Amino acid sequence: MDLFDKLKILTDAAKYDAACTSSGVEKKAAAGGIGSATACGICHSFAGDGRCISLLKVLMTNACVYDCQYCVNRRSNDTPRATFTPRELAELTIQFYRRNYIEGLFLSSGVLKSPDYTCEQMTETLRILREEYRFNGYIHAKAIPGADSVLLSRLGTLADRVSVNIELPSQNSLKLLAPDKSKHSILTPMGYIQNRIQENSTEMVRYRHAPKFAPAGQSTQMIIGATPETDFQILNLTEGLYRKYRLKRVFYSAYMPVSTSALLPAADTKPPLLREHRLYQADWLLRFYGFSAGELLDAGHPNFNPFIDPKCDWALHHMELFPVEVNRAPYSDLLRVPGIGVKSAKRIVTARRTGPLRFEGLKKLGVVLKRAQYFITCSGKTAEGLKITQDAALRSMMSETAFGRLQDGLQPEQLSFFEQPRLTQEDVRKCLTGQI
Amino acid sequence: MPDGTNLIYQYDGSFDGLLCCVFESYLKKEFPADILPPDAPQATLFPVREIETDSEKARRVLVSIPKKMGGEALDFVRRAFLTCAPQKERNILLFLRLGYRVGPRVLDMLTNDTVDTLQKAVRHLNNEAHLLKGFLRFSDFNGALAAEIEPKNSVLPLLVQHFCERYPEERFLIYDRTHASALIYQPYKPIILPVEDFQMPEPDEEERSFRELWRLFYKTIEIEGRHNPRCRMSHMPKRYWKEMTEFAQGTKSQFTLEERKRDSLRKL
Repeated sequence: MDLFDKLKILTDAAKYDAACTSSGVEKKAAAGGIGSATACGICHSFAGDGRCISLLKVLMTNACVYDCQYCVNRRSNDTPRATFTPRELAELTIQFYRRNYIEGLFLSSGVLKSPDYTCEQMTETLRILREEYRFNGYIHAKAIPGADSVLLSRLGTLADRVSVNIELPSQNSLKLLAPDKSKHSILTPMGYIQNRIQENSTEMVRYRHAPKFAPAGQSTQMIIGATPETDFQILNLTEGLYRKYRLKRVFYSAYMPVSTSALLPAADTKPPLLREHRLYQADWLLRFYGFSAGELLDAGHPNFNPFIDPKCDWALHHMELFPVEVNRAPYSDLLRVPGIGVKSAKRIVTARRTGPLRFEGLKKLGVVLKRAQYFITCSGKTAEGLKITQDAALRSMMSETAFGRLQDGLQPEQLSFFEQPRLTQEDVRKCLTGQI
Repeated sequence: MPDGTNLIYQYDGSFDGLLCCVFESYLKKEFPADILPPDAPQATLFPVREIETDSEKARRVLVSIPKKMGGEALDFVRRAFLTCAPQKERNILLFLRLGYRVGPRVLDMLTNDTVDTLQKAVRHLNNEAHLLKGFLRFSDFNGALAAEIEPKNSVLPLLVQHFCERYPEERFLIYDRTHASALIYQPYKPIILPVEDFQMPEPDEEERSFRELWRLFYKTIEIEGRHNPRCRMSHMPKRYWKEMTEFAQGTKSQFTLEERKRDSLRKL
């Protein structure tokens, strides 16, 4: 089998992994070496599906001893199998890297022979890159659940980021769809990595040259829409992972039908992309906007509103906290205004030091007045000519496409094939305008 | 600030030259209607005064900027000078006049028109430089790397550090077609030179095969069920595609045809 065939098979098998970020570390090549990394990460291209390509994302092998129902590489699937040798993968990475195609390598793998053997093959690839090529670019390695902690620790010292996929949002779903994996086998390496990262940060204080362990932290991903968990359960789990395991990122991947198993949604189910999008929006609210999961959803409202984004939704349910005075409100309050993001909130805080802000000024700072105008005052005044009509308010809170769908009386997409209360047009109108 | 005149300054196009215009404006207590580089189209009836570049005058202005408004402001002005914003020279003069008056807080005056215009121009420059750190593609020619870009802003000075730290042991060249200049690097010696024209040599067998491998990877990594060309375009505007290996000839016609077919099917 030549390199072209291998690359095709092992890319195809890796493409469902969501993460392709190269952020979190800042470093440059040592003399005689090659490769650097930027804290903000660099996207080298965007695939036809609009997802960023930052790393060479491939599997070491797509042969697998496990039989997880949701996975294309499951043992029972009839698909061509291939395996890279550590050296040819390292060579390919370097050649791609030299041409500036990529920021580094994202190496994951099916489980070939045993978790330990697989982990050794991956480690060998990273060793060749780091030691022989003196490659200092970004490496994201996926920890193989069940591998020995000594091997895991070696992987962590060679990689910048390590991740363990949590796969599915609950223990029950895992038992049903991934009989070879358990919550325990996933959370154990995650906890181990977290401990090593923490230990490492104290070592670094004591010895300047202590070898770094996964300096860009760890991340995880889970599949959305293959199992019946609610958004509330997923968001709570996410929050727990950020708190307990200090994860850098949690990724969500909308379930793409890859098998006809009776345990899974039908093969013609569309991936719940809007739901995935709402979860990412909420994820941002947790990480950068100071929200908690309990504020955004609760047992009574366990799923996100498909028509408006989580922040708008929250604001509309908390009109008692608005309007906010932009010239005096603390940064944390500004962040909670729909239409004001992290950048514009920072600019507001900077600019108001030099003089009072007015609505024209806010536009220059990048505030989306279309939304924000309902929630703010400038020096005690509301936006001039602001008329609150049902139609206008609706239009400004929703994206163009969502508004169009509402007008046509359509559901935005099939959210889930599991039982969920459907929102009627009336509900949405009530929720949007009842409180303004 | 003195009243505007209908006079036009013409400078030699260098940063020092622009600083001399600032000097002149203060010396003569006048404010020019515009400041133009030598190659600007002369479609004006206003009288033009040529401002000579004098390194001593330039130095005096240069030293005064960090002293009056901080080092950050100087960095900002240097970047503003690299942008493609219309009337950037005049706006830089306005910015400096404001800065001499109010001091370091000039950078915080984000709602001021001049500051806002320059901020946006600099953001455009920074964004373009950041995108090119990713979208730029090298080709290997006998061990040396070469790339071609066509940016709107003069991004080369912002790329120097990044690529030197990335490939310290390589020899490489980045040719900026828009501004006819090139960044040339030999281990530990980067230099930016004006280069009139540059043609990429023909790729050899090995180079062609890595390009093919990359195109294969690019096509395979897409999840077809999530095909979303508009999302791709908003992250990676089409003007960058020209120089990118994944869209280059070879499989180009076939690829775009396939794309188009799929897109038109989606519309139906």
